Amino acid sequence: MALATEHLLTPDTAIYNQVLPARKPWSRVIKKGQILRIVDLGGNQAVDFLVYNADDTSERYSAPDTIRNQGNIFLTTGSKLYSNDGNVMMTIRHDTCGRHDTSGGACSCESNSVRFGLDKRWQHACVENFLMAVAPYGMGKRDLVSNINFFMNVPVSKDGTLEIVDGISEPGSVVELQAEMNTLVAISNCPQMNNPCNAYNPTPIQLIIWDTPGEA
Amino acid sequence: MSMKSTKMLDIDPAVITWDEVIPGGSYWSRVIKRGTTLRIIDLEGSRGVSLLCYNADNVIERYNAADTAKIQFNAFLKKGMVLYSDMGRVLCSITEDTGGHHDTLTGCSNVATNSAKYGEGDWKNSRDNFMLALAKRNMGKKDIFPNLNLFSQVVVEKEGDLTWVEGASKPGDFIDLRAEMNVLVVLSNCPHVLDPKPTYEPTPIRVVVWNSPAPAADDLCRTGNPEAIRGFQNTDALFV
Repeated sequence: MALATEHLLTPDTAIYNQVLPARKPWSRVIKKGQILRIVDLGGNQAVDFLVYNADDTSERYSAPDTIRNQGNIFLTTGSKLYSNDGNVMMTIRHDTCGRHDTSGGACSCESNSVRFGLDKRWQHACVENFLMAVAPYGMGKRDLVSNINFFMNVPVSKDGTLEIVDGISEPGSVVELQAEMNTLVAISNCPQMNNPCNAYNPTPIQLIIWDTPGEA
Repeated sequence: MSMKSTKMLDIDPAVITWDEVIPGGSYWSRVIKRGTTLRIIDLEGSRGVSLLCYNADNVIERYNAADTAKIQFNAFLKKGMVLYSDMGRVLCSITEDTGGHHDTLTGCSNVATNSAKYGEGDWKNSRDNFMLALAKRNMGKKDIFPNLNLFSQVVVEKEGDLTWVEGASKPGDFIDLRAEMNVLVVLSNCPHVLDPKPTYEPTPIRVVVWNSPAPAADDLCRTGNPEAIRGFQNTDALFV
């Protein structure tokens, strides 16, 4: 599916094409049928990602529903992102990284203080970005739930042991999502400096949006 | 308050403040005060109990499954571990745990999952139970987040596949949750969403709350790792 339409997804036909600097938040409505491509420009850059039904934001991404419905904790091509109401919000139509994390959540000032030292609470964190990303839509802390971490590597062992380890995302890795409903997407380009999730060097990502290919 | 026998408990009846049986399929919520302990007992071989919890004094602060797993480097909880809030504080400590299988990953049952498993029928499900329990506290859909599942074992296979493990909890198994702040606990006593049993037969659980002793200086949950020490520094700061 991805290959058949790949030639249509050139930057020339995109309706949006921006670089999101390192450490920054982003949010935008992605309408049903539109495609969002996220490019890990520098490699091994965690992209924290939440998605809401743009027409009723009490419907939002659900990590448990998503991993249960596919029977696997990792996301890749073909994975469907399910909502808390059991509806498909987005489908991953293309992925060159291989797998993406659903269990690690977002870093926060507060969890950083526990994980890395009380003095780390003053550092920037993904929850700060998410709060800024959803605030323009009248949303806040109640709207934050367990998120996706694109390009982040969190292996989980049979006994549940997990750790954020060195990444597997090459520079230029791409994940493409197609909206299955009108969605609001919120992104934090992760600023974490205390573990390898960004290779200790947060870098920019590129965000490109297209209208549905082949239907124009 | 039901007058259940306390024979099976190693708790002095004089310090018990609440003792109740929750029938299969039902929901329950209660504020557990800081320094008291909630024991949840599997009476007949549970197939899962879904749990949400909040800072009762400020319910915008709530259990965070991802933080709980990554801070403790494990997605499945057992004795000595704690439940972290999304504010870098400890809601509850797991001070005892006879079964050792609790799942933070796979969420709870709903109308669709129950219908798929049991066919058409009015099967109580945890999503609706949570909605009802929360509605009675002026809370709702936005206060629901990935929940914890007690008395149920899920394993993550090598490539990330999720597998249910049969028979994780036995009659008499229990977990003790010591409240480290004033904690609103919401329970839904419905079978785990991945439980493959084709018939709907949720079993009763018993909840006992008691005035538990103050933690010792070497308390495992408070001192077991540097993260816990910092988490409790954050938590205790609420009460100075």
